[in-house]
Amino acid sequence: MNFDQARFGDDTRNEPLLSEKDTTGVDPGENSVLPDDLTRDSLELPQISEPELARHYTRLSQMNWSVELGPYPLGSCTMKYNPSFTDAVAADPNAAVHPDRDPETVQGTLELLYGLQEYLATIGGMDAVTLQPPAGAAGEFTGIAVAKAYHQHHGNDKSEVIIPASAHGTNFATAAMAGYDVVELPSGDDGRVDVEALEAAVSEDTAALMLTNPNTVGLFERDIAHIADVVHDAGGLLYYDGANLNALLGRARPGDMGFDIMHYNVHKTFATPHGGGGPGAGPVGVVEELAEFLPRPQVRQVGSDGGALADADGADDAGDEADAPEYELFAPAHSIGKVHGFGGNWLVLIRAYAYIHRLGDEGLLDASAKATMNANYLASLLDLEVPYGPFHHEFAATAGERDAADVAKGMLDYGVHPPTTKWPEMVPEAMLTEPTEVENKRSLEDLAHAFNEAFADTDEELHDAPTKTTSRRVDQTSAARNPRLSWHALADDE
Amino acid sequence: MSGRTGGPTGSPFAPHTPDETAAMLDALDVDSEADLFDIPDEVAFDGEFGIPQRDERTVRGDLAETFARNDDLTEFLGRGHYSHYVPAVVDDLSSRSEFLTSYTQYQPEIAQGFLQALFEYQSMLVELTGLPVANCSMYDAATGLAEAALLAERIRSTAGTTVLVPDALRDGKRGTLDNYVDGSELTVETYPYADNTADLDALADLVDEDTVFVYAETPTVTGAIEPALREVGDLAHDADALFCVGSDPVALSLLQEPAAVGADVVVGEADALGLPTSYGMGLGLFACEEEYLRQVPGRLVGKSEDADDRRAFTLTLQTREQHIRKERATSNICTNQAWVALRAAMHAASLGPEGLVALAEDCVRNAESLAADLDAVDGVEAPLDSRHHFREFTVGVDDAPGVAAGLREQGFAVHVLDDATLQVCVTDLNADATDDLVAAFAEVTPR
Repeated sequence: MNFDQARFGDDTRNEPLLSEKDTTGVDPGENSVLPDDLTRDSLELPQISEPELARHYTRLSQMNWSVELGPYPLGSCTMKYNPSFTDAVAADPNAAVHPDRDPETVQGTLELLYGLQEYLATIGGMDAVTLQPPAGAAGEFTGIAVAKAYHQHHGNDKSEVIIPASAHGTNFATAAMAGYDVVELPSGDDGRVDVEALEAAVSEDTAALMLTNPNTVGLFERDIAHIADVVHDAGGLLYYDGANLNALLGRARPGDMGFDIMHYNVHKTFATPHGGGGPGAGPVGVVEELAEFLPRPQVRQVGSDGGALADADGADDAGDEADAPEYELFAPAHSIGKVHGFGGNWLVLIRAYAYIHRLGDEGLLDASAKATMNANYLASLLDLEVPYGPFHHEFAATAGERDAADVAKGMLDYGVHPPTTKWPEMVPEAMLTEPTEVENKRSLEDLAHAFNEAFADTDEELHDAPTKTTSRRVDQTSAARNPRLSWHALADDE
Repeated sequence: MSGRTGGPTGSPFAPHTPDETAAMLDALDVDSEADLFDIPDEVAFDGEFGIPQRDERTVRGDLAETFARNDDLTEFLGRGHYSHYVPAVVDDLSSRSEFLTSYTQYQPEIAQGFLQALFEYQSMLVELTGLPVANCSMYDAATGLAEAALLAERIRSTAGTTVLVPDALRDGKRGTLDNYVDGSELTVETYPYADNTADLDALADLVDEDTVFVYAETPTVTGAIEPALREVGDLAHDADALFCVGSDPVALSLLQEPAAVGADVVVGEADALGLPTSYGMGLGLFACEEEYLRQVPGRLVGKSEDADDRRAFTLTLQTREQHIRKERATSNICTNQAWVALRAAMHAASLGPEGLVALAEDCVRNAESLAADLDAVDGVEAPLDSRHHFREFTVGVDDAPGVAAGLREQGFAVHVLDDATLQVCVTDLNADATDDLVAAFAEVTPR
């Protein structure tokens, strides 16, 4: 595909900063009803007209890649198309309620939250779900906190969390935040968990094993049932990192595989827009024994015990006002408390619910089918070597002797966003690629073309790339060495 | 026509025609998509979820019906979740798909637009807080506070472990803080409020060499403007503790900048700009002194140059982050609230400094005026403290739950704090309903 990204500005800079348009300094205390000692003396911010504002942000938007512009095959990020209708659903004025409303007055909101808890529990094979964590990493933290509370409740003093070397960096950071020592597990020769190494690593200190399945190179952990036994026999819990759940929708459920706790990345798997890096939402599902430790509050139907799947058809009955079930909030018996000030990223959760509602069983099953077919088809078209296999929704090609980051810069000029680079480390010069289900055959062939052309470019060509983007190669080293993080810091600079 | 826009033939968002699918399966030498899956039978799922596929119109209709079950009440609710009128231009511009459906700027050359917008967001927070460093978002005020406490533990060389927070801290903040510090050496203790702001004498007795972190809010959870921030900060610094102030960007546009009273870190809820009332969804602001830069949680956008020496922006100092530093990262935060931050910056830019200050002044005037009107009602006392107020204040009545229930019958929602105390929050969005609220109070309050 021919590609040229928008550029505005001059030879020295792109679109000017807001601060380089018009700024005004005001004295907020001047006419204030408040006494002088409570108010500030100055506030200097841009003061520009609405037309200028509209142009500024429209120009910025045109200097930015997005899913609606083209493929965004960042491995493990699941950047699939975000359907527009979910935005319309989330914009319903009746959805705009304050979190401190009396539960009796927000039955619609609670019905939706309950419905989403049920959908997610069903899809994951879990017994109870909290929607509170505002992102995947926050879900990991919540899940590990629940595991810790469970162990403490049963008088088990455990100090370690086992994590495969190939796992997402958040797993390590999460376990450390929760106060656990991290035991890193090397990958086996086939790219999967080395079961013997796991058997050697588990002990009575093992609180949990955190696992992504399929793992970060798209491989299904075929020994998962045995892995679960090994961890459970040691008294540990099995944690499922939901980043790659898109590959399994309708085909396998973490709960059926022996996982006790999981998080869902609804912004990935359930296609909610997370512009620029968030907001996401990271609900956590658990098996029955762990439900009493979930964050408060939880939603349940009035008169029910709050267990999941009590009424799988509940959402369908909602239209009939007379028979509509009622919902209430409750605190699980041994709740860990809160992981967000209120109820989490509500506007994201609405969109996820609408998406699942739209797809249904058949759509979910087809999403994993097409995502997996696309990954395998794309892998088959590449001139780059793709180790391991067979793959689910992603694979890690290796740039071999070439620098994966350079190949990625080369791909930018071919009109696609490149994959995740140099990760996971188990594949040298890795290009972790996840096309998702939303690319068709032609689009995948264009992606492969971009890969293969960039891979074949000379070192000099790659060194000069990209040339068609808003900026040429950005110097990330000097940015870190000499951090300038606000327009105030640019004053000395320019 | 495959019917994929109407279902039920598969995912409505997978664009493959049947012929394409057949050709791709043929190329992969398999008979069906199912043959590509490497899942052992013992863990395969062959059941059904029982979720029927619906067309778009049905989904929208179903959910509109669900939301219609929410009662239509005029909310006078705040306590940490605020909304102001968001100009239409903010909705319009932020919804451009290049913003809405983009992702983390791992390739800066092709993501300059969002990087610049986040740099501008950081810059606005620097101006509002007076501190030189701001990150480009935490999840909300609660997680921002919790991360600030963990920052204090990382940067303090002394052996102290005590985090001091107001006893009036909102449950959601306290509960989140408790969870975040559970894996650290920190312990959380509280200091009391007097007249709805910090009790300085009590605080002075509590701060000692074991204190690593002192947190104060302005406005406080009940809307009182804290008059003694500087004194709280001095107590913290005398003990070599980190002083953290909680606030929000609208309040900060009028109130003395936290850096001027000694704040080392500012956290808070920035969703007062850019977000509608959203059941508690937030935007955590986080700003701090330069010396803590390499210990800051979350993402930072910095200025750099490209190969043509043109100015360019990039994510920077990523060696703090989990994808590089793993268990030694400053935080596990990865996905953040970037798009919400974009909206907050747009909202601030659309108001400009004069508009922001005017909005903040209204938060003071409207609260004072509503409190005076309520105080004039028989059986109602407002406000219950002698402070200046921002958006909200406490209200004394004989039977608070009863009055709140009566108000609900009249179409209003207010907070119930205890048997004798309500809390009322007024912003530009409900200011035109205050006369009706006062009339409703007069009707339902026992005399």
